[in-house]
Amino acid sequence: MGWAIALHGGAGDIPLSLPPERRAPREAALRHCLQLGVAALKAKQPPLDVVELVVRELENSPCFNAGKGSVLTTQGTVEMEACIMDGNTKNCGAVSGLSTVVNAISLARLVMEKTPHIYLAFEGAEAFAREQGVETVDASHFITPENIERLKQAKEANRVQIDYTQPIQKDLQNETHIASGDSQIGTVGCVAVDDQGNLASATSTGGLVNKMVGRIGDTPVIGAGIYANRFCAVSATGKGESIIRATVARDVAALMEYKGLSLKEAAAYVIEECVPKGDAGLVAVSATGEVTMQFNTTGMFRACATEDGFSEIGIWPSV
Amino acid sequence: MGGWAIAVHGGAGVDPNLPQERQEQAKQLLTRCLNLGISALRSSLPAIDVVELVVRELETDPLFNSGRGSALTEKGTVEMEASIMDGPRRRCGAVSGLTTVKNPVSLARLVMDKSPHSYLAFSGAEEFARQQGVELVENEYFITEDNVGMLKLAKEANKIVFDYRIPALGLETCSAGAGMVESALQMNGLPISIYAPETVGCVVVDSQGRCAAATSTGGLMNKMSGRIGDSPLIGAGTYACDLCAVSCTGEGEAIIRGTLARDVAAVMEYKGLQLQDAVDYVIKKRLDEGKAGMIAVSSNGEVAYGFNTTGMFRGCATEDGFMEVGIWE
Repeated sequence: MGWAIALHGGAGDIPLSLPPERRAPREAALRHCLQLGVAALKAKQPPLDVVELVVRELENSPCFNAGKGSVLTTQGTVEMEACIMDGNTKNCGAVSGLSTVVNAISLARLVMEKTPHIYLAFEGAEAFAREQGVETVDASHFITPENIERLKQAKEANRVQIDYTQPIQKDLQNETHIASGDSQIGTVGCVAVDDQGNLASATSTGGLVNKMVGRIGDTPVIGAGIYANRFCAVSATGKGESIIRATVARDVAALMEYKGLSLKEAAAYVIEECVPKGDAGLVAVSATGEVTMQFNTTGMFRACATEDGFSEIGIWPSV
Repeated sequence: MGGWAIAVHGGAGVDPNLPQERQEQAKQLLTRCLNLGISALRSSLPAIDVVELVVRELETDPLFNSGRGSALTEKGTVEMEASIMDGPRRRCGAVSGLTTVKNPVSLARLVMDKSPHSYLAFSGAEEFARQQGVELVENEYFITEDNVGMLKLAKEANKIVFDYRIPALGLETCSAGAGMVESALQMNGLPISIYAPETVGCVVVDSQGRCAAATSTGGLMNKMSGRIGDSPLIGAGTYACDLCAVSCTGEGEAIIRGTLARDVAAVMEYKGLQLQDAVDYVIKKRLDEGKAGMIAVSSNGEVAYGFNTTGMFRGCATEDGFMEVGIWE
């Protein structure tokens, strides 16, 4: 036993030809967030605090599809959602439809701790944010030029784009044009366990490119994009509709509990057998300090570390 | 084994002092809905269509907490949510924050069938409703006098009234952990809790062995505007797959935390339990301090229900002629 942490910046069709100028900032962000999380665990901060602080950092990075850098709805707006869960108590907090809250994950935590409810959305969530005095900004803060371009592409192709669908190969010289498969952004999440076996999970996202206004994905749905109990903590990413249908995060824990599978076996089963290829990835830790990061997409921005010194940062399959 | 089966519920957690005439009204409504479902099954309508039509009937009737007769938010308005799931390919649809849609379960169905998504909420859902041309009404349509009265009392006591909490002479409370009450809240001389409205749901397996589930609600009385409960959350309040279909009711937060509906199917699939054992297991082990109930059917034509509350409004029937409508144990 020992502590362990894993985090992700989204799974999807991340092209192997990803140019260095798009790859480096994301790897740097993953490394930075991992270090923050590891330092916090070493300082004996509770896993619930650790996952929140790591996800806040991921939200603040414009590299990933959460907080600043969130993908846009069909109306060009941002609607963010997040969820946090504590393994010991199975207490959880979720929010959807946020447009001005700088850190959705922190508002989710406040829903969990300061209301008798689990899940607040849209205007009600925004009103709660103001009551709680959390940091809010003008909605334009979250919008980046890359995402405006992604939305334009998606509309041209008349599709709702999952985080990582490779866009149409048009003008390859155009720097800002996201050709050569630049949809390398995605949901973010973090799972952590301390050396006492306390588990926690947190996930945050801007959702799908060109999504309908009001669309809710897997991220705030307990058991789909996120889950934590006394067996494990899981954060999933990919095509929300598939993750919901397969109750991905809950199933990893259920397989461990009901069928006695190990963390890795459970995660592998869910990713390989329960969701269509190209639709999902997850990171998970167990109460005994194991960690696993699995995906059936081209790649998943990810990082993990364990107390015994193991650490990994990656994008594509390791093998 | 085999053959169709159907179950309906009008909520878990019933005050034992509920006046006889209200008990009768509830049983009559459940019977009527059950018969509607049975006719549909006999005409070979698929499970997914049957659950939708039965829940529409429950939403339209003001007796239970869904559609007309929904519980009110702290603002005195109605915000409805629903979800529907089709077992064979686990397709699903859900909606939250509806204020003008006459039948939320039908909008959930349209999300499933006609949108690229699984879940739409608030103004986005209402906009989708307009595009789809579903029947829309003013928010006032859903509001009943009984519920206005209950909201007032709940506010006076500064509480959120759960469907099912029954204050036992000051020892328990109606609130979400807010503390003790000196005397039970009263309306028309009876404790407020007995009028606390209930979520509705229906689960069906048709004669082809296809399972489907649907759940619909107005949520908690005096809830914060924007609060989402278990009813629209796939895996919590609603679930259907090849093996079974489940619809839950009760303390939303406990149902979410316990991923109740999914867990019934998970213990069947991963532990090999039969339907009733799975329902019993989940009720006993997945709720901790929470209070809830559920109805379920299996692809084999079995029907089951379970609850750890005092009573659950329910009805069930199977093709071989079994039929039961009840409230208590």
